[in-house]
Amino acid sequence: MPTDKEINLAIKTEVPYLNEPSANSSAGQPGPHINEAHKVVVRDLDFFYSGQQALFGISLNIVEKKVFALIGPSGCGKSTFLRTLNRMNDTIPGTSLKGSIKIDNLDIYKGIKDVSSLRTRVGMVFQKSNPFPKSIFENVAYGLRVNGIKDKRLIAEVVEETLKGAFLWEEVKDKLDHSAYALSGGQQQRLCIARALAVQPEILLMDEPASALDPLSTAKIEDLINELKKNHTIVIVTHNMQQAARVSDVTAFFYEGYMIEYGDTRKLFTKPEKKKTEDYITGRFG
Amino acid sequence: MTGIQLSPVKESSPRHNIHESFGRKSSGRIPAGLTATAVIIIAMMLFIILGNIVLNGVGVIDWKFLSHPPENGMEGGGIFPAIFGTVALVLLMTIAVVPVGVLTAIYLHEYTSPHSKVTRLIRMAINNLAGVPSIVFGLFGLGFFIGFVGNGIDTLFYADEGPVWGQPAIIWASLTLSVLTLPVVIVATEEALRTIPREIKDASLALGATKLQTIIKVVIPNSLPGILTGAILAISRGAGEVAPIMFTGAAYYLPYLPQKLNDQFMELGYHIYVMATQSPDIEATKPILYGTVLVLLLLTFMLNFSAIIIRSKMRSKNAH
Repeated sequence: MPTDKEINLAIKTEVPYLNEPSANSSAGQPGPHINEAHKVVVRDLDFFYSGQQALFGISLNIVEKKVFALIGPSGCGKSTFLRTLNRMNDTIPGTSLKGSIKIDNLDIYKGIKDVSSLRTRVGMVFQKSNPFPKSIFENVAYGLRVNGIKDKRLIAEVVEETLKGAFLWEEVKDKLDHSAYALSGGQQQRLCIARALAVQPEILLMDEPASALDPLSTAKIEDLINELKKNHTIVIVTHNMQQAARVSDVTAFFYEGYMIEYGDTRKLFTKPEKKKTEDYITGRFG
Repeated sequence: MTGIQLSPVKESSPRHNIHESFGRKSSGRIPAGLTATAVIIIAMMLFIILGNIVLNGVGVIDWKFLSHPPENGMEGGGIFPAIFGTVALVLLMTIAVVPVGVLTAIYLHEYTSPHSKVTRLIRMAINNLAGVPSIVFGLFGLGFFIGFVGNGIDTLFYADEGPVWGQPAIIWASLTLSVLTLPVVIVATEEALRTIPREIKDASLALGATKLQTIIKVVIPNSLPGILTGAILAISRGAGEVAPIMFTGAAYYLPYLPQKLNDQFMELGYHIYVMATQSPDIEATKPILYGTVLVLLLLTFMLNFSAIIIRSKMRSKNAH
């Protein structure tokens, strides 16, 4: 097990993404042209649950309108990392964080006051589908309503459009007023994706979105991800390495709170640079 | 982070468990017998009490009994003012106790960390409040609501009149009852808040809802059945209490119904107490007494029942 410092060093010298100009961008530096592709820039991120460190010096860039996959064994910190990106960890008492996360060059911890507006820009889909105990329509409309949209016609339009975008419209258009709980597991998860999309986030975080679903529903979700990346930056946590290989452009491997390596998905799965990564993707542990 | 993982199955010895259950099996009959006996005793008690009341009371109840005031020094007539007073008292109490109780529960559950000193202190206070004898609440109501609040209002606004608010009245009785039933509402509401899955709250927050919006749009609607349970329990408790209202507003006999918040009122429980202890001719009032007890039971039952129906309707609307 390499030490913290060694890993940081290794990341800084060996991972090509970090050596691009954006790596030394600072908040004051103008020019989106430099950072054009880098939607999210994470630097030296440490994360603590009531004093216990869960993430160690994570530094990475997430490219706009690509799918970024996080893989690693249970407890490696990939979900924790995902939840730092929309500050959902804020809801857990006793957590703290060091380092910086910038989205579009703005530090989302130090640079903004309104967490809820961040979360409308960075949507989230959870592992277990968690629709509200409301109608299908109201589930999708919820995000619009809490963001102050009252125009009924506009809401109805957005709901329809979003459900179409999530490939769910044909299945639910005749029962929009039915309870969301009446849908199947896969449909519920697509409803949750639609619900997240309704507020038009730029980034969509997905925490093992298909882990509780059957293969057919999983395939539908993966198709959807491929469609969504045309307009959204997607960060997905997955246990399923085939899934990471199928849907993602870039993959990061997390282990015990460290990011061991990250890079082009095809390369990471065929020619990983680190032994640990190779052991994991070849199924020697995890 | 939970996923299916192929981990080596632990060799926890199944044999050991079997031996343990052998040991338990032999002693199963005695506890079952004891618990069944306890149930039978309770059921018999209930049956005797209810049977006695129903048999003796049902003949007294007719339309006149329900719709007329008492006559001939309680030996005749009906109990309408007491029914009216009880319903009014309980409704006022509910209006006062439910919002305060629900807000307290929300504060405790959503805004404080469960292990902080303040939270533990508040919880301790609530538990102690639930353990205070009801007569003490009566004295508290007399001292605080009538003596302090009521008299205070009188000296400030009605200085040149007689007592307007500084006297026993339905408002003070219902407020006293609401203090008494506050713990019930708080505990039931907290119970309901606890059942709301974290995932649903997270989903709301992740959509950009603020904490307050999440509470108003997700937490409260989904805990309404639980809140109603609290209200039901509070009503059952409140409608049966006599001690807290004895000093704070219940009247022996009133020729009129309460019209204003500072009027006195008649109440079924207190009426029963009065007829059983203060009547000059106990034998003459006995049938009326039975009838009144039966009406009180039915009224409490009806209040409960309607709340249960509302609750189950809400449940079916909310969930599946």
